[in-house]
Formats: sequence, C-alpha cells, structure tokens
Amino acid sequence: MIIDRTVLDEIRRAVETQYPNEGCGLLVGEVGGGVRVAHQLAMTNRRIGDGAKAKRYWIAPEDFRAASHAVAAAGLEIVGVYHSHPDAPACPSSYDREHAWPWYRYLIVSVADGTASDVRAWQLRDDRSGFIEHAVRIEN
Amino acid sequence: MSVTVHIPTPLRPYVGGSDTVLVGEGTVGEILDRLAAEHRNLRPHLFQDNGRLRGFVTVFVNSRNIRELDQEATVAAAGDEISIVPSIAGGATAAATALPQLSHQEILRYSRHLILPQVGPEGQRRLKAARVVLIGAGGLGSPAALYLAAAGVGTIGLVDFDTVDETNLQRQIVHSTSGVGTSKLASAEGRLKDLNPHVTIETFDARLTSENALEVLREYDVVVDGTDNFPTRYLVNDACVLLDTPYVYGSIYRFEGQVSVFAAQNGPCYRCLFREPPPPGLVPSCAEGGVLGVLPGIIGSMQALETIKIILGRESTLVGRLILFDALSFTLRELKLRKDPECPVCGKDPSIRELIDYEAFCGVGAEPVYQGPEISAKQLAQEIRENPDILVIDVREPHEWEICRLERATLIPLSELPDRLNQLDGHKEIVTHCHHGVRSMFALQLLNAAGFAKVRSLRGGIDAWSSEVDPSVPRY
Repeated sequence: MIIDRTVLDEIRRAVETQYPNEGCGLLVGEVGGGVRVAHQLAMTNRRIGDGAKAKRYWIAPEDFRAASHAVAAAGLEIVGVYHSHPDAPACPSSYDREHAWPWYRYLIVSVADGTASDVRAWQLRDDRSGFIEHAVRIEN
Repeated sequence: MSVTVHIPTPLRPYVGGSDTVLVGEGTVGEILDRLAAEHRNLRPHLFQDNGRLRGFVTVFVNSRNIRELDQEATVAAAGDEISIVPSIAGGATAAATALPQLSHQEILRYSRHLILPQVGPEGQRRLKAARVVLIGAGGLGSPAALYLAAAGVGTIGLVDFDTVDETNLQRQIVHSTSGVGTSKLASAEGRLKDLNPHVTIETFDARLTSENALEVLREYDVVVDGTDNFPTRYLVNDACVLLDTPYVYGSIYRFEGQVSVFAAQNGPCYRCLFREPPPPGLVPSCAEGGVLGVLPGIIGSMQALETIKIILGRESTLVGRLILFDALSFTLRELKLRKDPECPVCGKDPSIRELIDYEAFCGVGAEPVYQGPEISAKQLAQEIRENPDILVIDVREPHEWEICRLERATLIPLSELPDRLNQLDGHKEIVTHCHHGVRSMFALQLLNAAGFAKVRSLRGGIDAWSSEVDPSVPRY
C-alpha cells in the first residue's frame, strides 16, 4: 500500500490529538494497479462514554454515508480505514477482526504516551479467519 | 421496474465488481438473502452464522436507516434504492483481556449472572469495569442504586445535596428510619457498601449545575437521571449529548411513569421529544401531586435494567422508545421516538454547543407566572384571632382535607373554585391555602381576575402552619 507522506503525517497528528482515546478516519485514494492513499478524512469516534473510547472506535453509518458521497463526488474512492491503538501495538485485535470489512486496508497507528509511533496496514482474509499484512510504502 | 441495491466498495469483488445490483421486490431481509444466495462468498460478510445481519452492516432504504423503519422487515418496492453502508468499528484490545478479573468471592456472589449466557463471565467483568452515575438518591435513584450495586457495577457515582426526611421513606428504599436527618449521600453510601462491598461508591455533595455537570458526568459511562425537575433534566440531557454518554431517563407522577434511553448512538435525546419545558408551575412535583411509593421502585428498576443492558452491549434497549407505564390500570404503552434533525442540541446544526442557564431556560427564578401578596402562618394565626370574619379557603383536594385541615378553613378544591365564586363574600378578607403554597397562588390569581381584591395566599401552605403555629396538625 502506498501512502503520501503528508497524509500519513496528518493521520499521526489526528490520532495524537485524540489520545488517550482512539482516533479514527477514512483512507481515500484511487484504485488501479495498487492502492494509493492520497487523502484522509478524520471521523468522529461515536463510541459511547469516555472510558469506552479508550478501547474502541465506531464510525456511524450515517457519518460514513455522508463521507462516501463526498468522496464519490470528488471522483475518488474510500480505500480503507485508519484508527489508533493507544498504548497498544499496531496489530488488529480479535474485535477488529470481528468487525472488519473485506478488501478495505486497515491502517493501525500505535500511540505510545501520546506520540504516534508504529504504523502497520492490514487486510481481512476472505474467509474472515484473520488479517494479512501489507507493506506501507511512504512516498513524498 | 426493480429494486436497486448499492454495493459498497469492499463487497463489490463478491458481486462481479459492479456497484449496483438489480433485484426483485420484497423485504430487506428477503432481498439480501437472495443476494447472498446468488453470490455465495458474500454471505459471511453480511450475515452471522445464525442467519441474522451482522451488527456492522447498516441498510438504508432510500435515505432512511431501516432501524428507523421496520428493520429487516422493511419492504422495498419497485423503484426503491437499497444501500448497504458500512458501519466501521474496532478497538485496541480484545474486550475480555482489558476487563478486570473476578475474585473467587465475586464469582460466587454473581453466580446467577455468570450462568446466564447473555451475561456470563465477560458480561460480569464488563459490569465490574463500568462506571455509572446517578443524579439524585431519591425515589428513582434508590432502587436503581440498589440493583446496580447488587449487580456488581464496579463504580457508582451519586450526586445529591439533600438530607433524609421522614416523608422520603415511603418510597426511597435505599434510606432507613435511622438515617432521618443525615445526608442522603452518607445514608445511601452506607447501605450500598453493606449490600456489596465489592463496589466503589463515589459521592458528589452538590446540586448538579451548568458549571460542574460536564466535569462530574465526564467520568462515567452511563448517566441515570432520578431528578424531579425540568432544569436538571435538560441539563443532564444536554451534558450527555455533549459528552456522547447514554442518558437513562425516568420520571414519575402520581401513578404514571416514563422510561427511555436518550443521547445514545444515533438515538434521539430528551429535546428531540420535548423541545422546551412546560411553563413553570404547570406540572406539579411529587411533593405537590403525590406519588404511589412502589411506582418509583418499578421505574427506577427499569432504569437499572436498561443501564445494565447498555453496559453489556445488548441490543433492544429503550433507545428511540419511550415507555409509558400506568400503575393504576396496569398498562404499558410504547411510543417510537425519532431523532429530530432540527434538534437544537443533537441535530445536524446544533445551536446549543455548551451548557446554558437551565433555571432561566425553564423559567425558574424568573418573574413567577402567578404572583400575589402572601401572608405568613404566624401572621394568619394572629389575624384569625383578631378578625372573626376572615375567610380561609383551602384549595386542596378532599383527600388531603381528610389528612389535616385548619379549623377555620372552607374546602373549595382548586378545580371547583371557578364555579363556586358566588359562594364567596367579596367584602371579606380572603386567605387561600394549600399544601405548600403553589396551588393557593393559582387560586389567588383566579380570585383577583374575578374581581376579589383583598386576597392573600398562605406562604408555605398548611405545612408551614404545622411547623410554625400548630404542631398538632400532622405534616404530610
């Protein structure tokens, strides 16, 4: 998966501001040959309660629908989702797997003590048994 | 013509890459089932093993979420458009590993929960991890606090500033006779800790205000409202919307109760239902109107039930549903509530983005609607001695008259007063009285409007008479 450096920096900053809660957003780009992330859209974590937001994120369907209309209007495509794991590794949890959609790239940013560190990209296996990892290539 | 199904990008590979599929009419459930039958690899991403739609698959018919319609039974007719919209969720750690462990003692104590598959060890650990705050340790807060503590909700916050009064004990079952005169917080904390030493009780000895509400409520996962006044109700609602915290609402009046869950994910809030409060004085409090003691027990227990279901992550909570319970006829009605897109606090373009002055919003403390001269109990006692002609009108109900009465008073219930004005001598001094002094002010207004000039209202009602003049008159 290819991602623009400026977009990745935006994502890091966006999830750092949400710490100690989980931050989340959408990866926007073009599909063709491979997936290239050219934009990001920070989304509101609609999980209830502050305690819950430290462990979970939820992008409401209404929010997703509005975002996807805007993205389609720009001739682009939602290619995945990013979210942060505050003080936890950038690996998908079983909860992530249960709720994952196929095909989407799931970018997870580990935020240690308020600073974004590890970034890894994942894709759900077709049989929902787990994730395969994608290399993240950062381009200027 | 047929129904168009819009396929989101992640599912397109399973339907041959197309973004729309045309299908025949039917219910949403039938249509998606046919789609999954035709494209077999699509099924595991739409349906659970038990055949139900996965929780994160959201379906819109035209522009409406089927949750607001008839769920999977919603009918899509020719020309309609169905959109499958991803709801995206995830989280750092598997829920079970982040939750606190249960001690052997707790496993024994909660065994009847643990053997329920819908609760089980994970659910019980969720309850232990949960933080719930109760606004008011009174009629609704009592049963709610008792059941939440007994259920093992790990941290319970209590907000109250009142002391236990003899008249509370008819319904506020967390308090005891020995606690009369002590603070409700101390009384409730002692009882709850005795009931379950595994729970932590956090107390806030304060009235909830616009200044402290966000700070206090921010620390909790669920807010349970047990207050009996409109300013606090709107305050709690708005704070919960701003904090994105579910608000378990309950209210009671005489024999009727209401329950709902507001401010939850995509659900309506109290303001979606009641944009503005009724004029002050129109809706009597329990102190004025009375309440059957067991009713807050039922409604407060329902609030505890909904709180526990929210913590367990169960579906079918009262989000978007208002329950009306009539204890006298024993009828339960359910009203479907919609989120109001124009709602000033939770709508698309909210005008309320921070907490406001709720006393002013509800007209409390402003120019009272009914205003007039008052007389103190002591002054009335003196005037009665000096002026045998003074006319004392008791505007309470006959059953209240049965409890206690002033020797010199004439009973004319407020509702009958307009038809009985001709029985009154307009030349005499008139004093109206009721239980606490609210209804008598209505009566005064009515008499003034009918041309009676020399009317005053007994400040504090017969209650003040009992405490200031004649203790042999029982208080109620």
